[in-house]
Amino acid sequence: MTVASRPIAVRLGLLSALYAAVLLAGPIAPDAPGSQHRDLPFAPPTRLHVEATLRPLHLRPFVYRMVARPGRPDEYEEDLGRRYPVHFLIHGARYTVAGMIGADRHLFGVDAPATIFLFGSDQFGRDLFSRVLFGGQISLVAGALGAGLALMVAVALGALAGFYGGWVDEAIMRTAELVLALPWLYLLLAIRSLLPLHLDPARAFLLIVTVLGIVGWARPARLIRGVVRSGRRREHVVAARASGATDLYLLWRHVLPQTSGLLVTQLAVLIPQYILAEITLSFLGLGVGEPAPSWGALLAAAQRYEVLSSYWWMLLPGFALVPVFLLYHALANALHRAQEPLA
Amino acid sequence: MRYLARRLAHGLLVLVGISILSFVFTGLAPGDFLSDVRLDPRLSRETMAALRARYRLDQPLPRRYLDWVRSVSRGELGFSLAYNQPVASLLWPRARNTLFLTVPATTLAWLIAVPLGAWSASRPGRWGDRLCALITTALLAVPEPLLVIGLLVIAVRTGAFPTGGRVSDGFGDLGHWQQTADLAAHLFLPVIALVVMLLPILVRHVRASLIDVLSAPFILAARGRGVPPRRLIFRDALRAASNPLISLLGLSIGALLSTSLVVETIMGWPGLGPLLLDAIAARDLHVVIGAVLCSSVLLLTGNLIADGLLYLADPRIRSDNA
Repeated sequence: MTVASRPIAVRLGLLSALYAAVLLAGPIAPDAPGSQHRDLPFAPPTRLHVEATLRPLHLRPFVYRMVARPGRPDEYEEDLGRRYPVHFLIHGARYTVAGMIGADRHLFGVDAPATIFLFGSDQFGRDLFSRVLFGGQISLVAGALGAGLALMVAVALGALAGFYGGWVDEAIMRTAELVLALPWLYLLLAIRSLLPLHLDPARAFLLIVTVLGIVGWARPARLIRGVVRSGRRREHVVAARASGATDLYLLWRHVLPQTSGLLVTQLAVLIPQYILAEITLSFLGLGVGEPAPSWGALLAAAQRYEVLSSYWWMLLPGFALVPVFLLYHALANALHRAQEPLA
Repeated sequence: MRYLARRLAHGLLVLVGISILSFVFTGLAPGDFLSDVRLDPRLSRETMAALRARYRLDQPLPRRYLDWVRSVSRGELGFSLAYNQPVASLLWPRARNTLFLTVPATTLAWLIAVPLGAWSASRPGRWGDRLCALITTALLAVPEPLLVIGLLVIAVRTGAFPTGGRVSDGFGDLGHWQQTADLAAHLFLPVIALVVMLLPILVRHVRASLIDVLSAPFILAARGRGVPPRRLIFRDALRAASNPLISLLGLSIGALLSTSLVVETIMGWPGLGPLLLDAIAARDLHVVIGAVLCSSVLLLTGNLIADGLLYLADPRIRSDNA
């Protein structure tokens, strides 16, 4: 187990770091997600320069201020007249961490009027790097919460079906079959179509988490039902029943713990799917929309023709997903392997 | 044959269940097609009530469901309030377009996945296998919208492919061959997008199920008798591995239709996806239900085909259900 658990620990650690970066978007991002620089729409990523002297040994990153090229408002050049050093732990826009601690220190930043756009800026001159970090708070957290909710529903229904059998089992599994007879995105949109179209970001976030939770229970419920069905016949469970344990006690103490391995693996499989689901909904304009920076909404902005032809950095938010997916897939694989040591 | 008939009956029951469920849910949802119209100050309360009565939105839910069932039996599948015509006439061309996209994509993906997976399974752990695993892992991590937009960037930058739609303007004036070429050019990018999304899952499953089979004693025996490796894989092992692969064909259709919705929407392909999204925006309930049911029909048909193939390929199923 110790050999198998090392890759799991590494992947969990990396994922936690990603989540921490996203949750600490306030201090890490140089700018607030909504703050606009109307004079700098579609600015390319800011180039970092380094001022280096050997003696005394001294390295200092700095940027030049971006200014529109005269007569060409959509093109920029660096104003070489003055260097703006990159400051660390600089005072800037106010933010709150976890809705409680207010602060205004940022990990890095430059003095006005220069700007530092690591991923470039969008059509309103908003810093894409900051928006990607803040957007992760929506997309990554919605996916994790939605998957958790779906799994809770799945455990409840799967345990009921597997433990009692009979008509309860029949009813729950037939309903699951109905749910599984729809392609998942069509199902998601069908349920979304019942809710109001235009929602403010906070309510949209809660609704999406709920919808994801409602939609996704069927497949895990089937798996859990299978484990519970075989688990309730085990000798120690039968023995506990013979000594007078109630159904609830049996389920909670003896049957459900048998599903724990399955649950952990399912969580690692489901969360990335749900992150993708939230992103797809927001991308299609039916999820968390402007001005909140969900990753789906950020990608949707990259669909415009002039963006496709000229502003490549608008695609960068899409790449933020790649490491997240890679880590979750690797985690699910490692969990699988740890549970089937012979395979 | 009884087996297939039973699967078909089961599929139809599922469809009836879905239609009832969707009506129950729409009954619970706030607002209807006329909620947005109501904001128009020129409409009096009486006009609204009259409109409501005309569209039968004032009827109780079971009544509306029966109306809908009657309209299904006439082959209309309900009435679209936004387009002011029966849903069926909207749905068929869209469903045809979705099939036009997904059928070639599935075929192409399987045609690539089977040899690639077999090749990878025949050399487990060697560099070719590892490269294959690396590429499929990377592709699995790319979200669908990003891939499609990336393809669009290529289309826009090179100008080699049309960036949206099904046919060019003035399609009707073209000759027969030019029409085919035009259609093919428009199909190219969406099909590639679907194939790339589908491929990693298929390759991995083909490889995994072949590796399972390749360790079986009968393969060792055949190898011992000197059956050449290529024939061993493509004739013997693939046949033995066909059962899980055919099940995968059925399972992958749901994912394929979902991916297709995203691809259709971004690339402006007039399939079921954009129709569903427009209907959601307009609160055109019968179209929403029609499109969702239609996607379910496609999914269940795909499963039925997989069941049929399984019936042909696996004698155990035939004997179980004879």
